[in-house]
Amino acid sequence: MNELTQVLDKNGLIVAFLLVGLLTWLTDLFSKKVLKSRIPGSAIAIFLALFFGYLGGVVAGGEKGLADINLFKGLSVLGGSMFRDFAIVATAIGASFLLIRKSGLLGLISLILGIAVFFISGVALAWVMGYRDAVSLCTIGAGACTYIVGPVTGGALGASSEVIALSIGTGVVKTIAVTIFTPIFAKKIGLESPGSAMAFGGIMGTSSGVAAGLAATDPKLVPYGAVTATFYTGLGCLVCPSLFYLLISALLS
Amino acid sequence: MIQGLAILSFSFLLGMWSGELLGSWLGINANVGGVGFAMIFLLLSKEYLSKKGWWKSDLEFGIEFWNKLYIPVVIAMAASLNVKSALSSGTLAILAGIIPVFLAFWVFKILIKNLPSSHE
Repeated sequence: MNELTQVLDKNGLIVAFLLVGLLTWLTDLFSKKVLKSRIPGSAIAIFLALFFGYLGGVVAGGEKGLADINLFKGLSVLGGSMFRDFAIVATAIGASFLLIRKSGLLGLISLILGIAVFFISGVALAWVMGYRDAVSLCTIGAGACTYIVGPVTGGALGASSEVIALSIGTGVVKTIAVTIFTPIFAKKIGLESPGSAMAFGGIMGTSSGVAAGLAATDPKLVPYGAVTATFYTGLGCLVCPSLFYLLISALLS
Repeated sequence: MIQGLAILSFSFLLGMWSGELLGSWLGINANVGGVGFAMIFLLLSKEYLSKKGWWKSDLEFGIEFWNKLYIPVVIAMAASLNVKSALSSGTLAILAGIIPVFLAFWVFKILIKNLPSSHE
């Protein structure tokens, strides 16, 4: 037994391959046999993974969900930003450059619209919950954009660490919400073509949420959503601590 | 196979570098659009090599493998997110994380309706 633990401990990434493989195998089977393919197996797998991430957080109390349990630590390597971005770039091989170029303007409009919608509604909710200073309002609004824009903005403006933690929490909730609700609402909101996926990526922004949500909806749409979503965090980091902060402080005084 | 992987890696690194450069040029400490640039470099490389007649299905296999690995990576990512702290960081985090998403779904629906050109 001791030897087995040693092997599992040394080969975390390989263990992660096995775990994810088993999970998708089971969820695919469940999707086909029980749900008659009404919900794609990958959507169930992603949702279950979130649930396991929650359980992992409860058991281990760390910051990386299930990956904080030693046996599962390879998951944070496989699901880390390097592999995530690399695999997202690889999805471009199935995309059409022509379509991307044609939808460029729509992508740009959606990016600006998306950052504004999330920032403004985030600020409004923070206001309702009793925050009144421009720095906190701005940081929480930025957190509603993504969990990277929040701390970057908070750090730049000198927000308190509780507010920064809150903005990260907000961003993670957003990622999870986009992951879960995208496949549910996709048909209703007209998310079915490459062009609309580009607009979707721009509006929603969170690369991980958009990528996971689209993967659960229709894997063919992933590259189109990812190509715009990747600009969102950068653009958010640019405008939230500068232009948006100036606007908010002007509004408050 | 490995040549295809090399092309993918080359595009990836070049794209990430462009993203970092754009970020520091804009004066922010973040990668701006690195993944997007990388995807465009990959598509351009494919186009260039196909025109030269050097693109082989064997090359594509190395990239296709990573393309297919994408969903498993997302599953692993979901399992290693800090779900618990996100849910326990308070009502505001949950509200500000969910309500804007619904609002954005609605904005998206309106945008798509008014721009029928995207329905191709």
